[in-house]
This record gives sequence, structure tokens and C-alpha cells, in this order.
Amino acid sequence: MKELLANPVLVKEIKLRFRNMKSFTGLFFYLLIMGIFVFGFINLTSSISGSGFFRPEESFMLFSMLSYIQLGLILFITPGLTAGSVSSEREKQTLNILLTTAQSSFQIIFGKLLSSIAFLLLLLVSGLPIYSMVFLYGGVSPSQIAIIFLFYFLTLLVIGGLGVMYSTLTRRTIVSMIVTYGTMIFLTAVTGFFLILSVSLSSAAMGTGVSPLSYFWASINPAVVLLTLLEPGFNDEVGQMTGIPLPLWVSYTIFYMLIFVGSIWLSVSKLRVNMNKYR
Amino acid sequence: MIEIKGLTKKYGSFYALKDLNLTIEEGTVFGFVGANGAGKSTTFSILATLLQPTSGEAWINGISISQSPHEVRKQIGYMPDFFGVYDQLKTDEYLDFYGASYGLDAQQRAVLIPKLLDLVNLSNKRNDYVDLLSRGMKQRLCLARALIHDPKVLILDEPASGLDPRARVEMREILRELKAMGKTILISSHILPELAEMCDTLGVIDSGELIAHGSVQSIQEKLQSEKVISVKLTGSFADAVRFFENDPLVSQITEIRERGILQFLYKGTEEDQLALLRKAITVGMPVLAFSEEETDLEDVFMEITKGAGTL
Repeated sequence: MKELLANPVLVKEIKLRFRNMKSFTGLFFYLLIMGIFVFGFINLTSSISGSGFFRPEESFMLFSMLSYIQLGLILFITPGLTAGSVSSEREKQTLNILLTTAQSSFQIIFGKLLSSIAFLLLLLVSGLPIYSMVFLYGGVSPSQIAIIFLFYFLTLLVIGGLGVMYSTLTRRTIVSMIVTYGTMIFLTAVTGFFLILSVSLSSAAMGTGVSPLSYFWASINPAVVLLTLLEPGFNDEVGQMTGIPLPLWVSYTIFYMLIFVGSIWLSVSKLRVNMNKYR
Repeated sequence: MIEIKGLTKKYGSFYALKDLNLTIEEGTVFGFVGANGAGKSTTFSILATLLQPTSGEAWINGISISQSPHEVRKQIGYMPDFFGVYDQLKTDEYLDFYGASYGLDAQQRAVLIPKLLDLVNLSNKRNDYVDLLSRGMKQRLCLARALIHDPKVLILDEPASGLDPRARVEMREILRELKAMGKTILISSHILPELAEMCDTLGVIDSGELIAHGSVQSIQEKLQSEKVISVKLTGSFADAVRFFENDPLVSQITEIRERGILQFLYKGTEEDQLALLRKAITVGMPVLAFSEEETDLEDVFMEITKGAGTL
């Protein structure tokens, strides 16, 4: 692990990212907006209810809203951070030199991925104290927060892995960026649309039952999976409707891990030319 | 030592490199000469494991580039013809990053970096950002970067291109030092007199094919099929022109009347040349001087790469 974290690309990229004020300004404004949102929500809810109390149900609502905001943050920022990781080196004419060093392709890709998502991880971790405000009012357990952060980490890793893969395969950052955002939109909006379509068609055809295809669309949609993590009871309902008892988060983890492993494998194998291929 | 056998790179039906066979002995400096697009950078990219050859093989210090590219990378220091630098990275951090990329530990890097900066005369720029350095400084820094892991072989693709005369001289001095250190250097350049001065052997490549290989002098002799002969006369040019026109080995006669000189291209050997002079004197031509014009490598290069591209 120590060796992995002593990765030269990772160290260099992190050094460069935190050398300019942009990162710190971004972090400052993120925490400021989060803080205003949380305190504003608590104040507004207490004053609207007229009781002066902030109840556990409202605390849970705040927690759910924050969870979706952070998921949105991950989905929209990760492509921007990762889609230029390799292609920008190619555009800046620094890639050839990097590829002639003794670093393995895995080391370079791993360094690129981790350094790209490190900033987002920092945003998430630095927001934890604000996130933890909900504990003061009850309604949410620490294990639930831990599970949701693991979910974020997996989603971050997969979108990041896809960004790095497209960045390795395409020559230009703009193309890589478009394809990565396209994939992200597919995984969220398109799968959501297909889920609604599939549920509607199944209901019309079978009355009460829902086709297993709906389960598939639900299981790869981050927003739906987050819902099942916030409301675990929803998993049972999905199981009853589709006849598949496997919780959505299990399928999500398997599917996304496969995408992650596939994208990293492809990035590593395509980063350098295969000198022995012609034999 | 670098050994290249039948190295070929094809793009469709176009040969960027055709059946290149070459051996570069350990500790020698080999200059690769050719016009733009002749195949120099293609060769260098293949040797640096950046480009897959269509066929053929090369070995760097006995290590195959196709079988063990990772090992080859440890043996070479590569400097491409065009390269960029990272923004907001200081000179010593730049070298530190590449040092770490070659597996050198922090202590080794701390010792090496000042020495390398000293070698390339950049000690005073240690804390400057690399993207703010001048072109010549960046070239020198890139050379220092190529040396960070103390490679036995240096592959330098036009290291002096785009540099002003002073920076070229500085670069040449550094390369001389590297040669003295016993590095095997493969270098390409358009500045032929510079190459001729520092290289042990030269290779001339044209349209992907190696058309000459050997010492500077042997290449000059091999490639130069026609010599320029100058004849200084005290008498009639018309008679002299008629006389030389009759010789089948003579062509392109030019009169330089203000200097009293007649110049022509001559295809014959030294014996033929001697016979021609003897004959001219026998027929009573007023020959004051008869000499072969010295042509430099640049002229030879221009001659052999005619139409191959622009310099």
C-alpha cells in the first residue's frame, strides 16, 4: 500500500493540484455553500413548523437531500477531473517521455486515477463535519453514513475509471470529456428513463408484476440504489415486484466493479504499444 | 551497444522505415542524418519502445525491444524532438519526478539532481518553474532528465533543433562531456557539421532507407560521385571549354571570368583526373592551377536528399 501511494505520478499530480489557489477556493466555496444549505434548512424548517424544534424525520430529510446533492457532485465533477488525465499529457507532449520511464502502465494509470479523484475525495471528507450535523438531531445512524460513503467511493472510482479509460483511448481531451459525460448521463438519466418505461410497460401488460429488466435498470442507476440505501425497505418492495430477492446495492456493486476492472484493464493494456504484437 | 536488424515500419503501403540494419558500438556516438520525414524519428520512437515496428528487431545492450521493452526503458535515456513540460513544476521537482519514475529513492535523487543541473548549466535555475524556462534551457533540462537514471544509451532526437547559435554550442559541449563519460549516443540533427564534429559514425537515411553508413569521410566519399574541379587559366576560355567538353567525364562547365577560373563537375577517379591534367598541359593549355574544390557535409547532404523534403 505504501508503495502504491508513493506512486510518482500520484505525488506529482497532487502537488500540482494543490499548488494553485483554485483548489482551495473551490473547497472553500463548497463548504460555504454546504454550510449555508444545512443551517438554512434547519432554521427554515424550525421556523416553518413553528415548534422551534428540528425533528428526527426532518433530520433524515436533510440527510437524504445532502446525500443526493453529493451524488450529483460526484457524477458531474468526476468526468471533468478524470477525462483529461492521459489525453492532456498527450496534448502537452509530455506523455511520450512518461511512457519511456521505468514506471509500469498500471502505476501510471493508478496514479492518474487516484490523483484525479483525490480532490473529490477531499471535498467529500471535508464536508463530513457539516454532514454530521444530522447526528445532533437523530434519525440517521453512523453506519448509514459509512455505507453511503462507500457507495460514493465506488461510484467515484467507476466514473473515474471510465474517464481515465476514455482519456487513454482517445487522442483528444474534448472527445474523452464528451464520451465520459455521455456514459455518466447513460448511467443516470437513460437508465432512469428505461426503468420508468420498463415499469410502465410491465404494469400495463401484467397488471401488478414488474419485469426483471426493470430490476436491471434499477440496479445500475446510482440514484435508485442510493434510495435503497436511504430506505432499505425499498429493497424488499423491489424484490417482491420483480421476483429477484437480491438487494439492488449487491447487483450495483458487482456491475460497477466489473466496469471498473474492465476500464482499468483496458487503460493499462492500451496505454503503451504492444511491442511484441507483430510476432 | 545497439543492434538493429531488418527494422521496418509501414503505414498502409507507405514505408516510414524500410529494412534498417545497423550496429552501433558501445561508447560511440552515432549521428543519424536525413531530411524531414526520412525516418529518423520513426527509428528513434521504435528504439524508445513508443512505436511498434511492422517487422524486424532491435536490441539495446543485448535486450530485445519487442521481448523486454520494460528492461529496455531502463537502459535508455530518450529525448524526443518535440516535448512539453509540466506547468507549475520547479526545475528540481521536474527531475525529482522523473528520478522517482525510474525507481531512484529520495536520497539518491537528492544527490543526483544538483549534479545533473550542474552538468547542464542550470544550477541557478533550480527553483524556477520549468514552463517559464527558455527553449534552450528546456532542451538542456530534458537532457538532464534523460540522464537521471544513468542510462548507458542516449537516444537524442534533434536535441539542438530550434536553438539559437549560443544554445547550440552549449548543447554541443554537454554532448561532448557525455561522450567522454562513455555513453553510447544515438543522435539526429540537421546541423551536419556539428554531427560530423562529434560523431564517430554517421548514417544517412532517405525515404526510410539507410543509404550510407560509416565514418564521416567514408560517407562523403561514398555519396559524392562527382567532384568539383577548378582550373585557373591565363589564356582563352573558349579553347579550354572546347577541350574539357570533349572529355566524357566532365559536365556542367561554368566560367568565372573575373577570377579567371573554369569550374566543372568531374566523375572520374584520381588517376583519370591526373590524366586529364597531363593532357591539358600537353595540348598547350595555359593552366595556372588545377584543383579539387572542397565540399562540406552540408553540400553532400543537400545533394543526396534532393527532392526528399525540405530542410
